Amino acid sequence: MIELVLMLATPAAGATVLAFGRWRRHAPELNAVFSFATFLAASALTVRVIGQGPQLLIGEQFYIDPFNVFLVALTAFVGLTTALFSRPYMRIEIAHGRITAARLRLYHSMYQLFMLTMLAALTTNNMGLLWVSLEAATLSTVLLVTLYRTPRSLEAGWKYFILCGVGIAQALFGTILLYFAAERALGAEGVTALLWTHLDGVKSQLEPAVLALAFVFLLVGYGTKAGLVPLHSWLADAHAEGPTPISAVLSGLLLNVALYAIVRCKVLVEGSLHSALPSRMLMGFGIASVALASVLLWRQRDIKRLFAYSSIEHMGLATFAFGMGGAVATFAALLHMTVHSLTKSAIFFATGHAAQKAGSQRMEDIRGLVTLSPTVGWGLMLGTLAILGLPPFGVFASEFLILTTAMREQPWAIPILLAALGLAFAAIFGRVQSMVFGETNMRRLPHAPALLPVFAHLALVLLLGLYVPPYLAGWYEAAARLIGGH
Amino acid sequence: MTDPLLPSAAIHVAIDRQLLDACAALQLLIAFAMLAQRRIVSLVNLLAAQGAVLAAATLLLAWRTGQGHLYVSGVLTLALKVAFLPWLLHRLIDRLEVRFDAEPALNVSGNLLAGLLVVVFAFGLAQPITHLASTAMRNAIGIALGVVLLAFLMMITRRKAISQVIGFLSMENGLFFGAMSATYGMPMVVELGVALDVLVAMLVLGVFFFQIREQFDSLDLHHLESLGERR
Repeated sequence: MIELVLMLATPAAGATVLAFGRWRRHAPELNAVFSFATFLAASALTVRVIGQGPQLLIGEQFYIDPFNVFLVALTAFVGLTTALFSRPYMRIEIAHGRITAARLRLYHSMYQLFMLTMLAALTTNNMGLLWVSLEAATLSTVLLVTLYRTPRSLEAGWKYFILCGVGIAQALFGTILLYFAAERALGAEGVTALLWTHLDGVKSQLEPAVLALAFVFLLVGYGTKAGLVPLHSWLADAHAEGPTPISAVLSGLLLNVALYAIVRCKVLVEGSLHSALPSRMLMGFGIASVALASVLLWRQRDIKRLFAYSSIEHMGLATFAFGMGGAVATFAALLHMTVHSLTKSAIFFATGHAAQKAGSQRMEDIRGLVTLSPTVGWGLMLGTLAILGLPPFGVFASEFLILTTAMREQPWAIPILLAALGLAFAAIFGRVQSMVFGETNMRRLPHAPALLPVFAHLALVLLLGLYVPPYLAGWYEAAARLIGGH
Repeated sequence: MTDPLLPSAAIHVAIDRQLLDACAALQLLIAFAMLAQRRIVSLVNLLAAQGAVLAAATLLLAWRTGQGHLYVSGVLTLALKVAFLPWLLHRLIDRLEVRFDAEPALNVSGNLLAGLLVVVFAFGLAQPITHLASTAMRNAIGIALGVVLLAFLMMITRRKAISQVIGFLSMENGLFFGAMSATYGMPMVVELGVALDVLVAMLVLGVFFFQIREQFDSLDLHHLESLGERR
């Protein structure tokens, strides 16, 4: 319990200190220190769950089981590495005159707040608080997307706020319906009626008609946050116009948390409905996302928009796998969430420095990265190869599992998936190749970039492609049993 | 329709129920009025009125069912949605000097017609829940969903940033009304959390409006249409 409290209290304290403290000069370091403390607490919590199994904490309000424990560890880890990356990155942005030192205070404070909301969303056992945390995650990042105050960033921020606000309002209606069904099944239990563990216990008695309706609203609501087609239109703008560390955590973490919320709801609804409706809906949204994103990839000229669309594609793939259900597909979906998060944030780290060197995010302005700084260039190249699903990286393993399961269970999807993956490969690889190799005209950066996070992430992804540690595999399997259904 | 209360209280009960139904009807009426309203200052006033009806219904329901947390929720609604948010919005539109601005190009009759269809759809959608509910206000569930969808429609058809935000807040009102009709409100901790989110959202938006204004000299959202796939 102490680990959980520390894990949530550290970012809360960090947000306060960084907002009101007087250490402006060392704020980037302080941000990293708080993220490191959060990561330590999350690791301690993880060790506790490995040793003692699922934990129900603080009056049952928090629940950590195999499904969310690895997401907690992943979130805290990427939060730490992003803070390390952001340290030189934001200093360079100041040196380039894109933001002022004063605005950095807002940035750091909101960054910590964002970590808090995501960790709270992952660990809470209360479906209502899950909603509150996810909405708070949007609110804490809106002003980060508009950090540069350019017309484009304001538009992106507005779109992000309104679309996610409306989307998440649908999820609130879904949560109300869930509560309504729960009250009927659990009796007048009031506060406990929204606790996931209680709902899970009585899911077969929940009214199917209400839950089916609730799931539609929940899926649309949280699906907007997860960037599922056709609710994705905020995603690319928010990723492209905000500072790169924020693109990395939006893509690597927020989308995961939203998908996590959908899957938690799916477990309840499937237990009540005993029909394939939730699965079919997930598969439908998933495959639509994969297909449309891979087509839209071809039209992108901005490097961050390119990888934002790739995130939509990968979230779609994971959603499709959750929809297929069954132990193997769910295992693959969880692995895919993990490796996508690590790879995509690594790519955004490299992309951020590349764009700083070129002074532009337009891909045609970025040329010959390898000549000027081999680490950024190779980081981007290796990250791209990993995200495109080349062996021996982890994305290959998860995509391979998803495709082989689909071949057995949903053969109709195979042509669409293969075509989409092929299209995405051609679109991304061609562009990245011309950015990485060739002549260069780019400038040097005033601060040395931190590329350790890029290679740390890629090493982990490589490791996960070659060998999944037994306890991690154990969690994935336990979580797959929990959510696999059928 | 059996009533849990004693026959001697039946007349009171009938009046209570009629009052609650009247609140529901008013909610819907206000939602339609918002849909047809061009002027921003009137929209803010309508939003405050909607909040007031919501608070009245909550307090009435609290008194009738004796559920303590509904009193808290009612007072919270009163403080946040009737007093604070309208005050904040009035202040904002004064400082941004958009008080007497109106929506250009708003097709009122088309909007109202679409609104009518939306409400019919909402009633159809709420039918299964209405049948299962056991609360005194179960008939209002369809209305609440109607208010949510009308607010959604309003957000789609508006061009001004402030009008869209008012639509967003109106949607939140509809959701709370729905929660109250179906289950006598959400658990306290959730309601507090949602209220906090709405509050923070408004503060963030306040900052945001000034940023938009500084950049474009206007709160008209057609300035914000440069993004998209064109790049």
